[in-house]
This record gives sequence, structure tokens and C-alpha cells, in this order.
Amino acid sequence: MRMNGARIMLECLKKEGVDTVFGYPGGTVINIYDELFSFKEIRHILPRHEQAGTHAADGYARATGKVGVALATSGPGATNTVTGIATAYMDSIPMVIITGQVPTPLIGNDAFQEVDIIGITRPCTKHSFLIRDVKDVASIMKKAFFIARTGRPGPVLVDFPKDIQVAQTEFVYPETVEIRSYKPNLEGHPRQVEKAFKMILESRRPVLYVGGGVVLGDAAEQLTVLARKLSVPVTTTLMGLGSFPGDDSLSLGMLGMHGSYYANMAMTHSDLIIAVGSRFDDRVTGKLATFAPHARIIHVDIDPTSIKKNVRVDLPIVGDVKDVLTKMIKQADKAKEKVTEFVASLNPWQEEITGWKMKHPLSYKNSSTIIKPQFVIQKLRELSDDDAIIATDVGQHQMWTAQFFQFNRPRTLLTSGGLGTMGYGLPAAMGAQAAFPGRQVITICGDGGVQMNIQEMATLVQNKLPVKIVILNNNFLGMVRQWQELFFDKRYSQTCMELPIDFVKLADAYGAKGFSTSKPGDVEKVIKQAFKENGPVIMEFKIAREEKVIPMVPAGASLNEMVLNA
Amino acid sequence: MQHTISVLVENEFGVLSRVASLFSGRGFNIDSLTVAPTNDEGLSRMTIVTRGDDQILEQINKQLNKLIDVLKVLDFSDGSAIEREMALIKVTAEDESRAEVLRIVDIFRAKIIDVTPKSYTIEATGNPLKIDAILDLLRPLGLKELVRTGAVAIGRGAKGWKG
Ligand SMILES: Cc1ncc(C[n+]2csc(CCOP(=O)(O)OP(=O)(O)O)c2C)c(N)n1
Repeated sequence: MRMNGARIMLECLKKEGVDTVFGYPGGTVINIYDELFSFKEIRHILPRHEQAGTHAADGYARATGKVGVALATSGPGATNTVTGIATAYMDSIPMVIITGQVPTPLIGNDAFQEVDIIGITRPCTKHSFLIRDVKDVASIMKKAFFIARTGRPGPVLVDFPKDIQVAQTEFVYPETVEIRSYKPNLEGHPRQVEKAFKMILESRRPVLYVGGGVVLGDAAEQLTVLARKLSVPVTTTLMGLGSFPGDDSLSLGMLGMHGSYYANMAMTHSDLIIAVGSRFDDRVTGKLATFAPHARIIHVDIDPTSIKKNVRVDLPIVGDVKDVLTKMIKQADKAKEKVTEFVASLNPWQEEITGWKMKHPLSYKNSSTIIKPQFVIQKLRELSDDDAIIATDVGQHQMWTAQFFQFNRPRTLLTSGGLGTMGYGLPAAMGAQAAFPGRQVITICGDGGVQMNIQEMATLVQNKLPVKIVILNNNFLGMVRQWQELFFDKRYSQTCMELPIDFVKLADAYGAKGFSTSKPGDVEKVIKQAFKENGPVIMEFKIAREEKVIPMVPAGASLNEMVLNA
Repeated sequence: MQHTISVLVENEFGVLSRVASLFSGRGFNIDSLTVAPTNDEGLSRMTIVTRGDDQILEQINKQLNKLIDVLKVLDFSDGSAIEREMALIKVTAEDESRAEVLRIVDIFRAKIIDVTPKSYTIEATGNPLKIDAILDLLRPLGLKELVRTGAVAIGRGAKGWKG
């Protein structure tokens, strides 16, 4: 059938199984919006800012595993998406971002609302396309989705000039996609896997160090099976939380800068680190020279560039983590006796770890007069559904959530790990709630970051997205204040939010419910009340203002040089 | 250590800037870069001369391979390739130095491609080290202008690298 480029774009989205698009209209996408007006198969959600729209698409993608889609007009609309794109890129989130562009004859002329968005986003997209012929719309869309979701996933930008949206052609969606220069390697080499398995059986102090790749690769189940079969303790990165049950006795929780004492001690004393879908980020390794000094390293990752980028690796395995873990499970099943012996040989290691766990458990001093943030997180865990989705913002509250929420399932924590984007939490929760209208979606924010995309309250109310917004209000840019306290002599330069916001009134202004308390005794009541509400709710908890995130490995220090006391 | 890397890329919009921005964004060096179409219309071949230790070179190779439009990457570091570069060199040539310039041109089997009463313009082709050598000899005579193409490289032996 003949149709215009704009319509073809929508048909392509439908073919790709897209049910929701987060977009914002403008001059160079008005033709797409005109087509959308009568195109009922796709739900369009109008955020109040393109950055939030992009984060929402990202949250949608993280929660579902599908490709998130955002749409923006050229120029300022496009530049507003950049933070969202960079956030997704750093955490390898599959997304397609469609930006309007000025008509092709005007490109390069500094036309009204023209910006070289492909140039601007080149370093933070997996790939990008400029559509220059209406005949290419379908094939480019097919490629864009294919590239976004395969291999190491990532955001792909499609720049779509206005004249091409209007031009007509026959719509044919390609059945298959073939890019000769892009062949992601999905299968781990069987001999490498065998070698890895042998190395594991030879080890006596092994640790599985697991990252977001296991969540993205939908391999949490395989990881859990393998870890339990071999009795190997598991520590995860921030991005890996949920890939292994936090309440399992083999779980060491999170490692790194704000990781647990026992996770960091286990890494430091390990003789074999099995890194799966993780990338040895500096927040994880601490000082590289003293990182895991006794360990051999097996590194499983789909992206060869992640391997040997920061640390030496004894055995690299390039491949899809699910495939590699499945192969390892098979190895274990073939060598039952050896595995039994191996598991028994780990007893001293397990005991040592238990010792560390008892010596310095994750803990905090609760109070009956002032709300401790960690207490709120624990209460939230206790009172929320098992499959609740938690989106955090960035700062202290994010680390407290990582430490105390005990994530048991993959894709239940949405958080900006790589870029650390304040303003991410609320819109990401919005995206997740759009994907799962029936599930509990909670965003945990600081009073700073929540104000970076607070306008999305309107989107929540308008679209009946009942996100529960938790604000841990310390009236500080808490994480920066903590650094100023510890490393800058308590010189709190520009981190005190002088103006207290009335968040209850603010909720009211948007037509949502708001609760606020400063009493520890009311925390449970407020959470319960909020969870009973059918619409979006703000819960403000006025917390101990100078509470710190502990333990902490100071930047540049070794993992075993933790600050343990507040 | 200096390495010569050949990269076969799809002739897609913006591919050169993707490669260039990969190098600048990750702090890799480019000593020279050439790019031109190949026998296969859809492909271009880049020759990049870069430097770094083994770990950096491994990253450069992997990062190049990761670009969607890159079809193949070949690292010629081990002397397995023949390299050639061309230079166009304008030198002062007056009175007694005219004969000296001609002698040097002759020794290096270069060519004079433009002559004025005060200058010669020379075309020299060869291994980049040979170009360096002729320049060392010409420089004292008065180098007015220099244009180098940067190296191109091709593997030794009978085996061809398609594209
Ligand atoms: C967009 C952005 N700007 C600045 C920062 C630097 N930063 C990291 S944490 C933080 C403080 C966050 O304060 P708040 O949102 O109140 O959360 P808290 O740490 O108090 O829990 C800042 C400013 C950032 N991560 N992102």
C-alpha cells in the first residue's frame, strides 16, 4: 500500500510490537502526529519534557526487556533527549529515539530548529541513521530495532527529515534484516567454557561478580541455578541487583564504593573472580593496583571491548551470558561427583565469609525521634508487593535503596548506574508503570533530584499512572554534602536546599495525593495509606539530615580500605 | 609502538566521523588517516597509523570492530604489510642548490613535477621512512611546503583482502 513516510514510520513501530511511545510534538514531527491522530494501535504518552520522555522509554525498556521508543521534534526537542540517551547508553538499554529534522534541502543551512543531533549524540548512541529517502524508512526502522536489541543493547537514533515524512511510497516491511558489518557474537566458545569450568573446580575462594548484563540478557535464572549448584557466593553491581536473590545465603549484596564489607572483603581475598556481564567500573574496583590481588579472572561478556579494558583477564569468554551460563550448568551436571567434592572444599571459604558478615553486617542506628532513611527503605520492602518495581533517582537514597531493599527479582530495580543521572527516577517509574499498569511501581528520590523532573506529576495524573513517589527529604544534595563532610572539612558549598518545598501542596497542585511526616512512628502508616490510593501519591519523609551512606570506599582507595562507621 | 591498521567500512553516511570521533573520544592517537573507495562500490578502506601499548591497541581494534559500519579490521603491526606514502614537496632551488636537489631526487627515484626559477616541486613515493629520509635531506635546502598523503598498506603475499 502507498503511504507517506510518517505513516510508514508508525506501521513499522506496530510491526516491531511497539505498544507505547513517549513523545512530544513540534514543527518537524507534526506530520507524524497528524498520522498518529487516527492511528489507534499505538498509545502515545505526552510527557512534560523530552528528557523525561526519553527516561520513560528507558524505564519501559528496563522493566519489560523490550525496546523503548521516544519521539521528539528537531532542535530543542532533540537536544532535550540527549541526557536520556546518554543515560540509556551507559547502561546498555535498548531504545529507539526518533527525532524530527528540517527538510533535507535545508539541512546544513542553520535552518530554524535545525541541529546536528546525529553529531551531538554520536558518542552516546550505539548507532544512528539519517533517513534521506522515503524508500528507506522501513529498512532503516527494521535495522534500528535490530541493532538496539541485539548484542550489547543500546540506544539507536533515527533522524527523520520533514520532507521525507510527507513523501509517498509503497510500504513493505522487510521480513529479515541483514547487516554484513554487524554480527554480534552470541555463543560462548565451548572450549573456553570448559576451561572456565575447570578453573572454577580448581578454585577454593571463588566469587561470582555479576553485572547488569545478566539482567539485560535475561539470565538471572541460569545464574541462580549455577551459583546454587556450585555454592559460589554472588556479589552484584548496582546494575546487577535482582539477578540473584538478595535474601539467599550465598548473596553478598552489592560490592564497590558503597558495597557491603563482606562483598569487598570476599573480592579482595578471592582466588577466582567469575565476572558475568559486568565491566570492572571504577566504582566497583576501587584502586586498580590493589584490586583482587590474589584472584585469577574469568570474564564473560557479550561485548569484547569490555574485556581487558580495565583489568587483566585470565580467561575471556565473549558471548551471550545466558548461553555461557547454560553451558556451564551443563558442565556441572556432567561432573556431579567433582562438583560435590568442590562444594565441600569451599567450606572454609564460606565460613570466612560468614565471619565477615557477622563482623560488619549492613546496618544503621535507628532512632525513635527522627526518621532514618534506611528504616524507610526497609519498611517499603516489607510493605510492598513481591514484584514491585523500584525506580531510584541518584544520590544517597539510591545507595540506601541498593543496600537495604534486598532485590530478589531481575528488572525490579531501575536506576541510572553508569551516568548517574539525577532526575531519572520519576520518569523511569512512569515508563515502567505504563508498561505494567497493574503492578506496584515506586520511585525513591531525594528532594534534589525529584525536582529535576517533577513536572511529570502532570503526566502521571493525566494518564492515570499510579506511581508512588517516595521523597527522602534531607534538604540537602545529600550525596555531595556527604563528600563535603568527609573530604572538604564540612564546607557545604551550595548543597543546602535552603527553600523547603511543601510537597503535599505540590502534589495537590497536580491533582495527586500527598503525605508528609517527620515521625518514625508514622512511616508505616503513611506507606500503607499511600499504597491504598489508586492514583499517584507523593510520600515525603523528612529524614535525619546528615545521615551518611556507609560503608564507603573513598574514591581512589582500595576495596578493603572502607570507612565503616558514620 | 606505531601500528598501521586497515579498516574496511560500509560507505555509509557519517562513517568517517564515527571512526574519527571514536579515536578522539577515547583518547587514541591518529598519526595519519587515509580513506578512499575500494573495488567494491559499497565499501571504503581506511588506513590508520596509530600508536599505543598492546592494551591500547587491543582496545582500538575491538572498538573499531564494534562500530556498526565496520566490516573488517586488520592490524598490520607485525611487518606483514607493504606500506607506501606519497609526498608533494616544494623546495627552494636557486643557483647552486638546484643541482643538489636534482641529485637527491634522483637518488630517491622521486620526480620533479613543477619547476620555477626559484623552486622545484617534487613527487616522492615510498615507505614512510623513505619519505622521512628525503625530507631530512631537503630540509636544509629550504622547504617551502609539504603535503603527505599518510600511509596506505597492503598485505604481503598472494592472499587478497576482499573489498
Ligand atoms: C544531573 C545531575 N547533576 C548533578 C549530579 C551530581 N550529584 C550526584 S548526587 C547529588 C545529590 C543528590 O541530592 P538529592 O537528590 O537530594 O538526593 P540525596 O543524595 O540527598 O539522597 C548530586 C548533585 C548528578 N548526579 N546528576
